[in-house]
Amino acid sequence: MTDPQVAVMMLGIFIFTILLGFPIAFTLVAMGVAFGYYAYFDAERMQTIFDNRIFDLLVNQTYSVMANDVLTAVPLFLFMGYIVERANIVDRLFFSLQIAARRLPGSMAIAALATCALFATATGIIGAVVTLMGLLAFPAMLKARYDVSFSAGVICAGGCLGILIPPSIMLIVYAATSNVSVVKLYAGAIFPGFLLAGLYILYVMGRALLNPKLAPKPRPEDIADVTTGQVIFMMVTSFFPLAFLILSVLGAILFGLATPSEAAAVGALGGLLLAAAYRALTWERLKEAVYLTVRTSAMVCWLFVGSWTFASVFSYLGGHDVIEHFVLGLELSPVMFLILAQVIIFLLGWPLEWSEIIIIFVPIFLPMLPYFNVDPLFFGILVALNLQTSFLTPPMAMAAYYLKGVAPPHVHLMQIFKGVMPFLSMVILAMIILYNFPQIAFWLPDYLYGGR
Amino acid sequence: MESFILHVDRLSAWVGKAFAWCILIMTFGVGYEVFVRYVLRDPTAWAFDISYMMYGTLFMMAGAYTLSRDGHVRGDVIYRLWKPRTQAVIEFILYFLFFFPGVIALILAGFDYAGESWSYTEVSVMSPANVPIFQFKTIIPIAGILLLLQGIAQVFRCVICYRTGEWPAHLEDVEEMETMLQHQAEDVEQIKEHLHIGEKGGVK
Repeated sequence: MTDPQVAVMMLGIFIFTILLGFPIAFTLVAMGVAFGYYAYFDAERMQTIFDNRIFDLLVNQTYSVMANDVLTAVPLFLFMGYIVERANIVDRLFFSLQIAARRLPGSMAIAALATCALFATATGIIGAVVTLMGLLAFPAMLKARYDVSFSAGVICAGGCLGILIPPSIMLIVYAATSNVSVVKLYAGAIFPGFLLAGLYILYVMGRALLNPKLAPKPRPEDIADVTTGQVIFMMVTSFFPLAFLILSVLGAILFGLATPSEAAAVGALGGLLLAAAYRALTWERLKEAVYLTVRTSAMVCWLFVGSWTFASVFSYLGGHDVIEHFVLGLELSPVMFLILAQVIIFLLGWPLEWSEIIIIFVPIFLPMLPYFNVDPLFFGILVALNLQTSFLTPPMAMAAYYLKGVAPPHVHLMQIFKGVMPFLSMVILAMIILYNFPQIAFWLPDYLYGGR
Repeated sequence: MESFILHVDRLSAWVGKAFAWCILIMTFGVGYEVFVRYVLRDPTAWAFDISYMMYGTLFMMAGAYTLSRDGHVRGDVIYRLWKPRTQAVIEFILYFLFFFPGVIALILAGFDYAGESWSYTEVSVMSPANVPIFQFKTIIPIAGILLLLQGIAQVFRCVICYRTGEWPAHLEDVEEMETMLQHQAEDVEQIKEHLHIGEKGGVK
């Protein structure tokens, strides 16, 4: 067997093993070591069975993950997220936004979307956003006689916006895999993020106007009688502190005042202050946030340890060349290539989650981008948009499962999926718009940091 | 076997949680750097080294802890459909194929790597403060040994599950918000059902 054939076999065995459900990080390490032992086998150096360069490779790759200056931001942003998540903020936020939006069509749905978007942006933890909103906003919407599927779709789709709108951990992970600067990625993702959120809101308002049965106007007795002053006060105590926290973290990064890790550390300190201000900062909660941060960081970063080892062996064996030859042999136009890549990523999102897709599968596409003249920044934003769907498509539609887990028993999973479908098409629409108007992504990074 | 699992779980959790506090050192360390740079215009020479060392240490040392709580991501589309006993058999085999070889290689290679660094008490080249990094490199074999122990404990779990048909319980621990709330929702349902039965009983 030639080396490239071995590489293809390696990828095949790996995909098969993923489906068996073994922790992926360790599968990658072990397969990297086994195939690397074969790849780097050199009979002349063999004094003992350990004289093989794969061991150096493994430990060097591990160390480069440990000392990676981009990934240092991951635990800090996670910590900020877990602190904000536990700061008792979501109910205030939803309640005040709901009152502020009460005159708009589908007001509760819009308030839920805005709460999801803001809270998810600050925490970046989709499961928590969907679950909390499923307990808080979902019953409120049902009580206001909103359509079940419609409400479910709003909450699932809104909760996922957090991985797209910066500061998001997914973009840091993409930056570490693709060597695009985090700062440029953040600048590039802002307007596409707003575009998608805007499309969601337009869709919600449109549906509510066309079919008022989906989102009935609140009855006069349901509208709390509040003065404008009270509304302003509520917004000042709930919406603005969180928005200010996000904007200052993001602003510090974009204007080059701080590196992403520094901004994340300051954001975490801000989160602690915010939690203290809401009287939600207890020793117990701090401990929980610290322990959850370490577990999630270990999950993401061990995946990198495995993936970098696996990928170097794979490309040493010539695996990337095989794939490149194959794809270039198809003689695709750049559009066709982009569509193919995005369709594959979309399909991978059915069984897998974003972390595995970005850390393991996206690097397979990255070396091909120059042939098709695709900017890795642009590709990253498209992937980030696309991966919104990975939480929403069955069989691993985590957002839908989280909602189902806390929804009243009469809500069926199928109703949730049905509600999510229109939002999926909004994601695809956003990708088409972005493809046709790449300036949406490029304008801000070009404006801030000059030409590419 | 149960007591081995319990002890290893405790060890992993203790180490993982102890090093989890690195995140606070990291937050305050980096926060301090930002403060002195902008307010006092006097940046530190060590903050960058501290930040990646804290980051590297915390995630490496938590590998075993995360494994003991089943926190490493897995593609469980098919896995979750199997009976616990089938899961246990498959996992048992896969631990020997895809876990131990990699982890043992990491320990052995990490040991040499750290030893070399110790031999000339290596310092970081990333900043002028000559921050030592040999102790940081030693993390690799230590994290590997913890993972190895935890891996053995997980294999024992598979054996127990194969015998009894049920996965042995984990230690009580913090859960993600969603897991916690979902369990609460289930509990509420159960209590409701319970009360419902109680009401029927009352009618009699």
